[in-house]
Amino acid sequence: MEILNYAFMQRALLAAVLVGITAPAVGIYLVQRRQALMGDGIGHVAMTGVGLGFLLSTSPVWMATAVAVVGSVLMELIRWYGRTRGDIALAMLFYGGMAGGVMLINLAPGGSNANLSSYLFGSLSTVSQGDVLAICVLAALVVLVTLGLRRQLFAVSQDEEFARVTGLPVRALNLLTAITAAVTVTVAMRVVGLLLVSALMVVPVAAAQQLSRSFAATFAIAVTIGVGVTLGGTVTSYYQDVPPGATIVLLTIAVFIALTALATPLARRRARAVAAATGGEAGATDCVLPEAAAGAGTAPQPAPEKVPDSRTPAPR
Amino acid sequence: MKAIRPENPADPVISLRGVTAELGSRPVLRGIDLTVHRGEVVALLGANGSGKSTAVRTVIGQVPVSGGEIEIFGTPRRRFRDWARVGYVPQRTTAAGGVPATVTEVVSSGRLSRARFGVLRKADREAVHRALAHVGMTDRAKDSVNALSGGQHQRVLIARALASEPELLIMDEPMAGVDLASQEVLAATLREQVAAGASVLLVLHELGPLEPLIDRAVVLRDGCVVHDGPPPAAVGQHALPGHDHVHPHTADAEPVRTGLLS
Repeated sequence: MEILNYAFMQRALLAAVLVGITAPAVGIYLVQRRQALMGDGIGHVAMTGVGLGFLLSTSPVWMATAVAVVGSVLMELIRWYGRTRGDIALAMLFYGGMAGGVMLINLAPGGSNANLSSYLFGSLSTVSQGDVLAICVLAALVVLVTLGLRRQLFAVSQDEEFARVTGLPVRALNLLTAITAAVTVTVAMRVVGLLLVSALMVVPVAAAQQLSRSFAATFAIAVTIGVGVTLGGTVTSYYQDVPPGATIVLLTIAVFIALTALATPLARRRARAVAAATGGEAGATDCVLPEAAAGAGTAPQPAPEKVPDSRTPAPR
Repeated sequence: MKAIRPENPADPVISLRGVTAELGSRPVLRGIDLTVHRGEVVALLGANGSGKSTAVRTVIGQVPVSGGEIEIFGTPRRRFRDWARVGYVPQRTTAAGGVPATVTEVVSSGRLSRARFGVLRKADREAVHRALAHVGMTDRAKDSVNALSGGQHQRVLIARALASEPELLIMDEPMAGVDLASQEVLAATLREQVAAGASVLLVLHELGPLEPLIDRAVVLRDGCVVHDGPPPAAVGQHALPGHDHVHPHTADAEPVRTGLLS
């Protein structure tokens, strides 16, 4: 395994594993809330943070984290208060974030959009020692939140209105989800890039859904797929000299297609098994009303039939 | 099961006095009074848009009120924290979210109000099993909610509300889109809960199979109470046995939620 002899590849592989774990772990809650594209929006906003990092000559990873967290909190606030034209406000936040990033990086001394490209689409050779440290700390936070608060986050993402009546701090949990998603975006930024982060949050979850019936299984399968594709994509990227972000995302989509093709006959067989076990109850629910109507009709029916019976002797 | 508290047992479990609420700038409640006494089953009736769902949602704090007072178990709603005593069935046509989940997983989330830090102990898991047994869904416990029929979704939502073993049940149109078999199961479940001493506030489109259980009906029209007393006798087509009421507003009641914008 000569690939492990290079320090930059060791760092890249470690970062890849952490991304493979964290992105689907947060993504599953976003998909559950039907906010699958939130990661994409945060990625756009984080670009301003990267630009700011270059301009101020500080670490772009930490700057991007700070700006992405502010952006995600703003998005959550817009969701609460701006119900009417929330989509317009969000669009302005996204594209303002992207434009701000491009502008700031051009203003930075010696900066050009070429610097930005590794942040947009990911890059293996540029993952520095400092980046790895930041990624480790942030990934640990993400895992702590997504696993430690899984029951609470599940309840809030499944049915916000009901979660409020169980006394859960719904707003705080929503903010925590948004912040965790923002942190994940910056964790994944160096490996898959800001514009492709969202794919790794959503596609492994979508692929896992093809096989699973429970939330717990979906979570486990999605993380397994995530780690598999980030490792596979990183290694492929090294040997074939192709961009890592694009390789990882295409690999994830390939996994999704393969699992969907596998799962369709599986689901059909499972549905048949359920129908057999419940004595065709799945179909019976449709027939309840007609059956009940027929049941109500059987009582009076014998009476009219008896009338001709009693009358038949008469003509005889 | 019920905790002994320094509250007056004569206090109503729910009390709304002069409650007003707006959605956007449109007044939806124009000062309604509504009381549910201990052990009472109160039906909130009215046409679509009369404000009955909004009234219930002010009680749970989902809709902000612009005036009036709300008390739950004698405590002003803002200071009420004892949510384990309240079971809520929101108006839904599905119990499913964007990710597969089993019936047990969904019902367990109803136990969070009693489980500290979200850790489910043996007693909590038993309560979830009992809740599933109440609605006759024990055999579907490990199935995905996506595989259920409309009536079974509603049974899961009710089991979720029962998981915390509440003293007060608040249900928003629990019979909407439910087949007859499930309606009978739900009526039986509710009868057991009432027999065990639960108080119930129900939003209903029509009385239907729950009619014998209902002690009092409150009818809303345009955000005002127009009747508060014995349930009105069903008239016309609604009085016919086996009257099949179609709820066109619930068939696609889930708002279309796309990505970020929801």
